[in-house]
Amino acid sequence: MIRMLVPLAIFVGLVIMLVAGLDTAEERKLVASPLIDKPVPTFSLPGLFEPDVVRRDADFLGQPWILNVWGSWCWACRVEHPFVERLGREAGIPLVGFNWKDERSDALEWIDRYGDAWTTHVVDFEGRSAIDLGVYGAPETFLIDHLGTIRYKHIGPIDQTIFDDLMRRIMALRSEAEAS
Amino acid sequence: MIPELGQISLILALVLATLLATIPLYGAWRNDERLMSLAPSLVIGHFVFALMAYLVLTVAFINHDFTVTYVAMNSNLLLPLAYRLSAVWGGHEGSLLLWILMLAGWMLAVLMFSRALPTVYRTRVLAVMGMVSIGFLLFTLLTSNPFERILPGPPDGQDLNPLLQDPGMIFHPPLLYMGYVGFAVAFGFAIAGLLGGKVERDWVRWSRPWTLTAWAFLTAGITLGSWWAYYELGWGGWWFWDPVENASFIPWLIGTALIHSQAVTEKRGAFPAWTVLLAIAAFSMSLLGTFLVRSGVLTSVHAFANDPERGLFILAFMTIITGGALLLYALRAPRIMTGEGFDFVSRETALMLNNMFFAVSAGMVLLGTLYPLVSDFMGWAQVSVGPPYFSAMFILLMTPVVMLIPLGPMSRWKKDGLGRILKPLLISAIVAIVLGVAISAWLGAWNARAITGWIGGLWLIFGTFSYVRNALRGRRRGLPRHQIGMIMAHAGIGVFVIGVAMVSSGTIQRDIRVEPGQTVEMEGYRFELTDIVSVKGSNWIADEARFIVYRGDEELYTMNPQKRRYHRSGQVMTQVALRPGFTRDLYIAMGTRLDDSSNAWSIRIHIKPFVRWIWAGALLLALGGLVSASDRRYWRERRVEARQPGQSGSGASTGDEVPA
Repeated sequence: MIRMLVPLAIFVGLVIMLVAGLDTAEERKLVASPLIDKPVPTFSLPGLFEPDVVRRDADFLGQPWILNVWGSWCWACRVEHPFVERLGREAGIPLVGFNWKDERSDALEWIDRYGDAWTTHVVDFEGRSAIDLGVYGAPETFLIDHLGTIRYKHIGPIDQTIFDDLMRRIMALRSEAEAS
Repeated sequence: MIPELGQISLILALVLATLLATIPLYGAWRNDERLMSLAPSLVIGHFVFALMAYLVLTVAFINHDFTVTYVAMNSNLLLPLAYRLSAVWGGHEGSLLLWILMLAGWMLAVLMFSRALPTVYRTRVLAVMGMVSIGFLLFTLLTSNPFERILPGPPDGQDLNPLLQDPGMIFHPPLLYMGYVGFAVAFGFAIAGLLGGKVERDWVRWSRPWTLTAWAFLTAGITLGSWWAYYELGWGGWWFWDPVENASFIPWLIGTALIHSQAVTEKRGAFPAWTVLLAIAAFSMSLLGTFLVRSGVLTSVHAFANDPERGLFILAFMTIITGGALLLYALRAPRIMTGEGFDFVSRETALMLNNMFFAVSAGMVLLGTLYPLVSDFMGWAQVSVGPPYFSAMFILLMTPVVMLIPLGPMSRWKKDGLGRILKPLLISAIVAIVLGVAISAWLGAWNARAITGWIGGLWLIFGTFSYVRNALRGRRRGLPRHQIGMIMAHAGIGVFVIGVAMVSSGTIQRDIRVEPGQTVEMEGYRFELTDIVSVKGSNWIADEARFIVYRGDEELYTMNPQKRRYHRSGQVMTQVALRPGFTRDLYIAMGTRLDDSSNAWSIRIHIKPFVRWIWAGALLLALGGLVSASDRRYWRERRVEARQPGQSGSGASTGDEVPA
């Protein structure tokens, strides 16, 4: 009987490891986006707090900005939230929260609970603009330069390493914008 | 057709699968004929609704119904019809739907072709497969619904990943899934056996043709994937030890062990526990493969990556299915341990060695694939092990297998003498060595790898045929199909080994800068770049290089590699130019334009010796599996067995013993 349990024990060990692996899955992910170095697809989307105010991609021209795709349903978004907050405080450029495939009430409740990390919000409840953006899955973070070109895209939650890397890139984009 | 009909069909299929997994199973437990008789209609209904859901999604693709998110994400107005049809399984959601359809199809096949099974047993098999179906239907409906809408729909959709816009890719996933899902049948048979508390030769014989068929499909699927990667990814490699490839290779290795283990258990009653465990493992590894591909746990060139929620679901599902099966195994296996004894030198030993080598290989590939996770979990630096690990390990583990394969069929059950086995093979061995050295010298492939590859490959081929000679001696009729299949498969490995050895030791590759008018000389071939032009396809534009290939002064052919840009996604793809040949492939891939002023491009040219042999050998393996599965004895004897289970099968009537 004991001997017969060996396969089960091995399997349980495997599962534990895979669960642990899921926690950090997104960090390992690296998918090149065909949109890198392309202009941001045009969008005009309503705000989260003010549904009747429409924001367009052109509103952000002239300075670098960050677009962060999230949703209240997104489990990994909670994981990255502390770093998104730090981005909002430390990057010194607009951080646009792109609320994706969500419900307004859920999103507002989520922000109540975990805090508002973003400087501006747009919502895409039906996911139509997200298709143009080539969103793979939340969370995703785009860096866009002052000319409206997507310069970098990170898929998956932000952790310390990613955060440092993002900050370096943001600083480079800022000096590029100031130089021109 | 309305997409919501597809969703309703899926829900109905889920209801039927749930009924199937409970009521008839209870009936089988209580031996209630009335409850068990529900199973056939439930299986048929389950298939009908799965098919309906699949057709609804297909129609949405044909009609460009971009209000369906999945269609909008994977298809556009310019996409040709053939690719719209294959785009149905081009993304995550649709490929799950294909999984479900195939599972339902396999269940229907079990129902139709296993009428001779005892009702209780067949009911259990179908109920277990129903449980598997519940998991996948729930997964689809809850996390990956292909029928989700966006209203109003966009005027045009995204593009199907251009990598997938290729004939090889149309057939690769379905074949692979047929294999994955097919192992669910072997799994169902094993669990049904455990549930009945009687794992004997019965279920093993009945499940053999199913396992062989699934294994053949998996082999073909992996082969096609390798071939696709070779010409489509533009790197000239045929196997990358990529996590996604490994995910299909692990079940294959386990499946290979399983088909051999089943033979022993059926014929001799030996290793029943091995066979049950391998049947559970083969399907579990298929689930694990699905998990690895879908969850984004591992980085991969295939980057099918998706969100962790989905991964969590598959993991939970796998835990229930595999954990449950292994628990059942722990509870019931002590009762099924009834092997017959055998000597050290016997076919049983040969097949046990085979089991061990393949199971260990699968374990090593699994370990290598999961190594980033293991090291992360242990708190070591997050590292991946690469091809060097896999190659070294594989050469180590597969060399003895190659040496032993011809010995297996030659040996007798129960008790044999080493001298008797080896004597007829001696000539094969000598011929293989002499011929192997001679061919290597003649081809100028004078290096250890090529020489050992030729010797090993020829040893497999001649060794297998000396078995044929032996087996045919004193036999009026030809060999039964299951033996012909085995011979094809073993010889196929020989062909494969030669291909691998030659490609890995003799590939010549050059990266060069060329402008129109220039020529490149390699290995007696002269490649002249005459022009670089723009060409247009239905949904792409490309720069096309026009090469003329000469050998001496003779013009052999033209080769036109392309660099394509797909309109909708803007994705750039390398379309290689290939000239396949029996002993070598010529392969040209376009790199990038080096500067704007001149028309100079970086070009990569490969000459790959014997690369076709890799796939030819693998296809022989797959065909061998199918030929074996079609043997009448699996289907004919079943009726006899069904009436008197556990009686015969100990060898006398099977026609498989080796003539003296």
